[in-house]
Amino acid sequence: MGARLISLILLIAAWYAGSRLAGARLLPDPEAVALAIVDEARSGALAFNLGATLARVAVAFTLAMALGSVIGLVMGRSRLADRLGDPWLIVLLNLPALVIIVLAYVWAGLTETAAIAAVALNKLPIATVTVREGARSLDRALDDMAEVFRMGAWTRMRHVVLPQLAPYLAAAARSGLSLVWKIVLIVELLGRPNGVGFEIGVAFQLFDVTRILAYALAFVAVMLVIETFLVQPLERHVSRWRPRSA
Amino acid sequence: MSPAGVRDRLNVSIKQKSYRAASGEQLLVLGELAFSLAGGEVAAVVGPSGCGKTTLLRIIAGLDRDFEGSVTLPAHGTLGMVFQEPRLLPWRTVEQNVRLAAPQATDAALDTLFQALGLTAHREHYPGELSLGLARRVALARAFAVEPDLLLLDEPFVSLDDALAARLRDELADLVDRRPVTTLLVTHNVEEAIGLADRLLLLSLSPARVLGDVPVTRPRTPRTPQELAAMREEIAERINQAYL
Repeated sequence: MGARLISLILLIAAWYAGSRLAGARLLPDPEAVALAIVDEARSGALAFNLGATLARVAVAFTLAMALGSVIGLVMGRSRLADRLGDPWLIVLLNLPALVIIVLAYVWAGLTETAAIAAVALNKLPIATVTVREGARSLDRALDDMAEVFRMGAWTRMRHVVLPQLAPYLAAAARSGLSLVWKIVLIVELLGRPNGVGFEIGVAFQLFDVTRILAYALAFVAVMLVIETFLVQPLERHVSRWRPRSA
Repeated sequence: MSPAGVRDRLNVSIKQKSYRAASGEQLLVLGELAFSLAGGEVAAVVGPSGCGKTTLLRIIAGLDRDFEGSVTLPAHGTLGMVFQEPRLLPWRTVEQNVRLAAPQATDAALDTLFQALGLTAHREHYPGELSLGLARRVALARAFAVEPDLLLLDEPFVSLDDALAARLRDELADLVDRRPVTTLLVTHNVEEAIGLADRLLLLSLSPARVLGDVPVTRPRTPRTPQELAAMREEIAERINQAYL
């Protein structure tokens, strides 16, 4: 805890120093950014834009994780599905995010659906690959056990398969959340009339670095809260059976 | 024999079972192998390591369907199985492990079972917190909790020390005596087989076939060391004869 605090103080100190060197126009000091955040919060714009972005993150993330988990599980368990799906996966993995976003907007118009689909499609192959890795390493011995005791499909999924996939799902969710929110910002910048990405786009045109930092920091804070109060407790819950290690 | 008696039998009639090795060559694991167990009978399959005992159990359990021949399970075909390793779900407690395999088991039945196997204090523990001996007991509890028509035991006491193995064997014998269930035990340990079974099925080296079918007099009763030695002698004799 102490080390973290020192690290944070150092960061703010470096920020002040940088601001002195570069000038307030290029790098406003922390105080100015904090005031800007308060201003935006007062007007209600901050909550509105954060809300819009967060909603897009939530929908795109859920969609990508759900689809990616199902496809990954099927590909990890069936050799045929793996062979069929692998080329698609490689194409999607290597397609730049920008290409997917631009194509989605061209084909489906500047709509919410296009925006969310583009984000989900960017995240999908990574979730799939991670879960496929987990599905490949599923324990056959436990499968046999479930088979002998005639466990139903739901029992098997919930009590035999999912707990084995939990670390892979957690890894996919962790990396996914940070990736998704970065891509959501680009999608908003390119074709949405609100959200953090849109605000940053406007601020960029006005060369308003204070506002860029204000929105970026506010959103990082939101993601930190989600990480601390949602992701980490969830991880602790699914790994409660593991003997405590140092 | 009554029709019910016929339905309660386990009939195994395997013509052959072979594996395709990585090199592409066919390996015969089981030769012609047929036997039948009456309802409530406990048989031990005894044979050298690597003779195909586990393969035989997997075929009977329906985990391996790639063989020539047929297997008929007794009655409803409810299986209880104890594998060589406990094979518990590490992320579920002892009680949850048993209940997931036997969702229809009543609280009273589970209480009795946990009591009999000395697991009452461990119901809320996770398998990672148990010793191997305790984990094996949980595996036994799970197999009995489903009230099986056929109980399959694959070297259930392997890698336990002798004293603990003997104690678990007695507990298992008690459970079988309390609620008779057709049981097939696979082991390479003759003493273990004599201690539990009504009948010993001696298997040959791979490809396995049945060398002999030896009844055990006064099954699951205490024996003197001399008695045990004599029985072991007799079985060794039979095996040697068969190999010659």
